Amino acid sequence: MTGGNQTLALLLFSGFVAVTLAITTWVSRRRHGSVEEFYAGGRLFSPLENGLAVSGDYVSAASFLGVTGLIALYGYDGLLYVVGFFVAWLVVLFLVAELVRNCGRFTLADVVAGRMSERPVRIAAGTASVTVSVLYLVAQMVGAGSLVAVLLGRTSGTAQAWTVIAVGALMVTYVSLGGMRATTWIQIVKAVLLLSGTVALTVLVLVRFHGDLDRLLVTAAERSGHGDAFLAPGLKYGGSWTARLDFISLGLALVLGTAGLPHILSRFYTVPTARAARRSAVWSIGLIGGFYLMAIVLGFGAAAVVGPEALRRSNAAGNTAMPLLALDLGGGVGSTGGTVLFAVVAAVAFATILAVVAGITLASSVSVAHDLYASLRRRHTRARGEVAVARVAAVGIGVVAIALGLLARDLNVAFLVGLAFAVAASANLPVLVYSLFWRSLTTRGAVWSVYGGLIPALVLVLLSPVVSGSPGSLFPDIDLQYFPLQNPGVVSIPLGFLAGWLGTVTSDEAADEAGYAETEVRSLTGAGAV
Amino acid sequence: MQSSEGRARGAGDGAGNAAGNHEDHGTSSCEVRYEDPWYDTLASGRGERDGTGTPVRGVPAARGERDPVAVRARDVYLEVQRSEAFQEVRGRYRRFVVPGVAAFLVWYVAYVVAATTAPGLMSRPVVGAVNVGMLAGLGQFLSTFLLTWGYARHARLRRDRLALELRWDTQELTRGARGGAS
Repeated sequence: MTGGNQTLALLLFSGFVAVTLAITTWVSRRRHGSVEEFYAGGRLFSPLENGLAVSGDYVSAASFLGVTGLIALYGYDGLLYVVGFFVAWLVVLFLVAELVRNCGRFTLADVVAGRMSERPVRIAAGTASVTVSVLYLVAQMVGAGSLVAVLLGRTSGTAQAWTVIAVGALMVTYVSLGGMRATTWIQIVKAVLLLSGTVALTVLVLVRFHGDLDRLLVTAAERSGHGDAFLAPGLKYGGSWTARLDFISLGLALVLGTAGLPHILSRFYTVPTARAARRSAVWSIGLIGGFYLMAIVLGFGAAAVVGPEALRRSNAAGNTAMPLLALDLGGGVGSTGGTVLFAVVAAVAFATILAVVAGITLASSVSVAHDLYASLRRRHTRARGEVAVARVAAVGIGVVAIALGLLARDLNVAFLVGLAFAVAASANLPVLVYSLFWRSLTTRGAVWSVYGGLIPALVLVLLSPVVSGSPGSLFPDIDLQYFPLQNPGVVSIPLGFLAGWLGTVTSDEAADEAGYAETEVRSLTGAGAV
Repeated sequence: MQSSEGRARGAGDGAGNAAGNHEDHGTSSCEVRYEDPWYDTLASGRGERDGTGTPVRGVPAARGERDPVAVRARDVYLEVQRSEAFQEVRGRYRRFVVPGVAAFLVWYVAYVVAATTAPGLMSRPVVGAVNVGMLAGLGQFLSTFLLTWGYARHARLRRDRLALELRWDTQELTRGARGGAS
């Protein structure tokens, strides 16, 4: 890459950082650390604002860089990711958004703890939320690392490490100073940037092919070297039955995981009512659907315009398809148009990573402070104390994510996110569904359902080809591979549901009928909602 | 406690009537008659709740002797849960959401399973480079948009007003239960 590319991209990105830091200081000067303010931004965002922020939170580096890369390299099999990411929103809209807004305060654990013995449930749900968030954070860090590698034109380990550290430091600053209000505004700014960047690139791709989508697909298939097989499923997940089962597993994790992502759940607490939560979910479905439809065009566009060899040479996992496509669409290396477009896309990708990372860090630090700290320390922690803990937790989570991000930097971002979704679907979704809809759930059932999904999911990942035993694993030299699938969802999600049922039928404690009545009435009417 | 139960019933019916009137003005085709007991059991689909009414009521009193205020607030929720108006809201929510969730999950799983086990079917060309798989993928997008629209519309027209009235009634009752004890 040329020096002009780098300078312009860094300039644009610094602009974004300056704007977001300004937002953060402005927000943090006006308000002073109440829990409501720090965790939920005062609950005063409008549905459109929150809808933008939700799509900003959801469309991560995994979608912007990872999914387009997968489509560019594997064609149709990459598209399957997009469908899963998108259909998942129906679960959120139908079962979660309104009900969770009505009967929770800040976290997933609030919903469950309402009708259970509070301490064990909070500890379980808090642990699961933090685990999911950290896995998701690692994926974003890997995205940041591979982006800077292509931006600086060489895969220098030091440069990548410093990028990851800088991203970590920035996110900790946003979160600990600005809380939910600053994080939300950063998401909104980012969502607008991301959507306009994507629209511009899609228009350019369509112009290149004279609006003929058919020709785009044919060219992509020809250049991929796979012919028509590129446009049909099976390139990545075809062949052995293990690979096929792996894909079904991933599909389940994607569609059921979104509703268990802590940073998505906590977004619905930033609006005043359940009705506003529903409307923000509808907004975000529109925005996210539009984005993914364009991402499909861009993925096939990258295959057709840039070609898979060039993509693989830049990043074996395909994470750099978008910036390379932009460079080519603008006129190629050395041209002004190419330089500008490349810089814009790189800056948008950085902004994406930064914003998503801030959102997840906030959600997990809230889980640490509101669920874990509050139940592990003493019964009545002062509100001020909790916010201080959340700020410290943000720093701690940042450090953990930076360390893991440096370790995992050669894995595809979309695939890493698939793992986070699998854990969310196994540990968080069963307990959420049970506590909202199942009258007989007991404390033991709730706790078992969290751990019964969380532990199998994590253990299966540790025993999978991702961690050891094959050339692409984190530790290729050790062989601990006893589980053939890369994604644990197909086993661990049913286990989560099963454990919840088992815990409930084996416990001698009677289900709390009045507690369920309260949850049901509150979740559907909004009575007593804060 | 007795008075709060009475008020809960009254309030529930009031909300039901108000919503019924609203329905009459708005969509006359979906007229709903709340007072008809036959309709109500069908609507809730969970008629056993009424049968177990008495033992249920005993539970909070036995467990929560520590805090009489909380007990009375909890009784309010039990009362509201049994009210016709609430059962109607819940019935409407479930009658839309349960088939909806079943439909899109089956359609999605069928799509994923077909993509992995029947690539031959998915790669069958339809028009130009577009094949069955592409159309199925776009169909997923389309069905998601349609269901989103349908859900939002259903909630806005059939649930929101009734739920809002129940919300105020419930909150007033809870406040009453708290105020009465202090």
